Amino acid sequence: MAKGPNDVIPVGLTTVQNCNHTFLTQFGDLNCYCYNNIMLMMQKIIFRKATSSFLQRRPHSRSIVSDATINITPFKLHRFDYGPSQENVTLTRDDALSFYRSMQRIRRLEGAASTLYKNKIIRGFCHLYSGQEAICVGLRAAMRDDDAIITAYRAHGWALMMGERPESILAELTGRVTGCSKGKGGSMHMYGTNFYGGNGIVGAQTPLGTGVAFALKYAGTDRVCFTLYGDGAANQGQLFEAFNMAALWQLPVVFVCENNGYGMGTSADRAAASTAYYTRGDYVPGIWADGMDVLAMREASRFAIDWCGSGKGPLVIEAATYRYHGHSMSDPGSSYRSREEIQQVRETRDPIINLKKRLVDTHFLPRMK
Amino acid sequence: MALLPAAAISLRLTPRVNPLRRKSSPRQQTLRNSSHFTYVPEAPPVPGETQRMNLFQSVTSALSNTLETDPTAIIFGEDVAFGGVFRCTVGLAAKYGKERVFNTPLCEQGIVGFGIGVAVAGSTAIAEIQFADYIYPAFDQVVNEASKYRYRSGGDFDCGRLTIRAPSGAVGHGALYHSQSPEAFFAHVPGVRTVVPRGPCQAKGLLLACIQDDNPCIFFEPKVLYRSAVEDVPVESYTLPLGKAEVLIEGRDVTLVGWGTQVQVLREVCQLAEERLGADCELIDLRTIAPWDVDTVCNSVSKTGRLIVAHEAPITGGHAGEISSTVQQHCFLNLEAPISRVCGWDTPFPHIHEPFYIPDKWRCFEAVRKLMNF
Repeated sequence: MAKGPNDVIPVGLTTVQNCNHTFLTQFGDLNCYCYNNIMLMMQKIIFRKATSSFLQRRPHSRSIVSDATINITPFKLHRFDYGPSQENVTLTRDDALSFYRSMQRIRRLEGAASTLYKNKIIRGFCHLYSGQEAICVGLRAAMRDDDAIITAYRAHGWALMMGERPESILAELTGRVTGCSKGKGGSMHMYGTNFYGGNGIVGAQTPLGTGVAFALKYAGTDRVCFTLYGDGAANQGQLFEAFNMAALWQLPVVFVCENNGYGMGTSADRAAASTAYYTRGDYVPGIWADGMDVLAMREASRFAIDWCGSGKGPLVIEAATYRYHGHSMSDPGSSYRSREEIQQVRETRDPIINLKKRLVDTHFLPRMK
Repeated sequence: MALLPAAAISLRLTPRVNPLRRKSSPRQQTLRNSSHFTYVPEAPPVPGETQRMNLFQSVTSALSNTLETDPTAIIFGEDVAFGGVFRCTVGLAAKYGKERVFNTPLCEQGIVGFGIGVAVAGSTAIAEIQFADYIYPAFDQVVNEASKYRYRSGGDFDCGRLTIRAPSGAVGHGALYHSQSPEAFFAHVPGVRTVVPRGPCQAKGLLLACIQDDNPCIFFEPKVLYRSAVEDVPVESYTLPLGKAEVLIEGRDVTLVGWGTQVQVLREVCQLAEERLGADCELIDLRTIAPWDVDTVCNSVSKTGRLIVAHEAPITGGHAGEISSTVQQHCFLNLEAPISRVCGWDTPFPHIHEPFYIPDKWRCFEAVRKLMNF
């Protein structure tokens, strides 16, 4: 495998040819040889590991099914008479496997980013999505191709789901011109088709998303704009300005609060007078959903697209989730919460493990001996 | 492409043998990982018992002195209770009480507005904005409330007991939203004092002066110096004069004006200029950005005839423009060369291009050379 710096590595990644210069010294001793090595490894980890032997086993035709009906954790409703389907929700095998692959890909991507950061190959601020994958996978499953989405800075998972390749994301994180924002945006500013980023300032994306929704409505479409924010941003004034405008003008905004329990180092209950974020829109109706359940997120989003896309105005989805890493790579994540808590969530609520259990319980895949 | 053996997928990210990599000396390693300057420790400005502190510890010391002596003083901001993201408030909540050092929700406009109210009602309010880049939601509160309270009430009320602290400036990898230097926006607001220290001793003295000052103050702490600037700092309370610049190095040929981290860069420029150009540079730390010390700077330029102002913020509309205008007004006939500004470029603070953006010592040195050869 070991190739010299002058060799082109034809891996379908951005190749670096005949490159002898050392990258900017400020960013460590990363040269092209090392870059190629890393890209090689990253591709392996993200693509190969993601589809592990678990999925590649050929199932016995007797013991697998092609779809199943599932009951999901009940939603909580605010100002709704009826909500998303929660009983007898259909999940096809193909969808389930696709969700699994996507979530695993995101988890691996974030793991790769974490390792690269610790080796000082990614610099700056890097906010990881591990633990919250079910939200972007579930929402994306329900989104139509022309629905818009805007989120905050924890956006790598979204970049992947909205069509960016892992190499392009990693290139952006390492500041390369082949990155999805030409190396100018970094971790917090990745964009894509109908994906308005990637925004660094907390809460600033919420009026932006409202404006995007206005444009979609003004153009006479039934498209909606998913506007994501966190429990920390839920206390920003501009969010309430956005709620008011969206409700006043009946805009197709789906506000999604990714409540992972902490705003940097402050727990939600120490920052908010009301942690029922799905009710914080007051006159904007809301739904609480289990953000660790990809199916719940899909159903909630389907409901939201139907509601907002048919001109009934905005709504709020609160996705109860958790982040395993700290707020960013500069934050160890353990000075304001216990390791036991993180471990407990990993063991009982992990979206990937729970989907895997579901895949087996519904006989989509055989139980491994 | 062959599959890598499983053992290789252990995320070994530095190749075992890298033919391009020469054995680097410890000095090279330091250079590679360090920022664009070297901090030179200074002697304590006042006598008394000292302790070795870095910049964030000197800030903690100043805040501790304040909470000790001023029973009305409170410190608030995002995540300050556990010590803050830069550890400036470590131990304060435990020592002085959770009701005096407490977290706010994530709402800068609310934080500053709340702080103005606290100050107007007679308590000492020390608000922390987590990064200066996030101060803009609070801009309205600063500009339209804090700076105008005394004026519009005819002196009946004022929020002089408010101090806002925010880490600012380039840190090597901060990119767009963790590197900004917004001092120029606030320099444009009469009624608010804007201060930037260059090191731990200065930070403690100037911060205590800001807290005790009868005007609302904004104190921008250069975050790259939090850990890298270490010196002996007096443990007791002391203040340094606000509105007064400090001449650090005396010279005859060219005046260099900067603040915060840039002073450390300009220090190296002075050395370079002496070695390579034989130019004798006078270095001034502005310290208080607004209202700034016109006399010290103009006296210096009258002597040298040449002026360079350097700052990290973008050049257009930056504070260097204000200094240049005033200096040319007072010292026109003394000038030997046009006033030079070496600043950040007119772009958002870049991610990967930071080394090209910041006014590092080579760009400043080039400016000195141009002025000497004018």
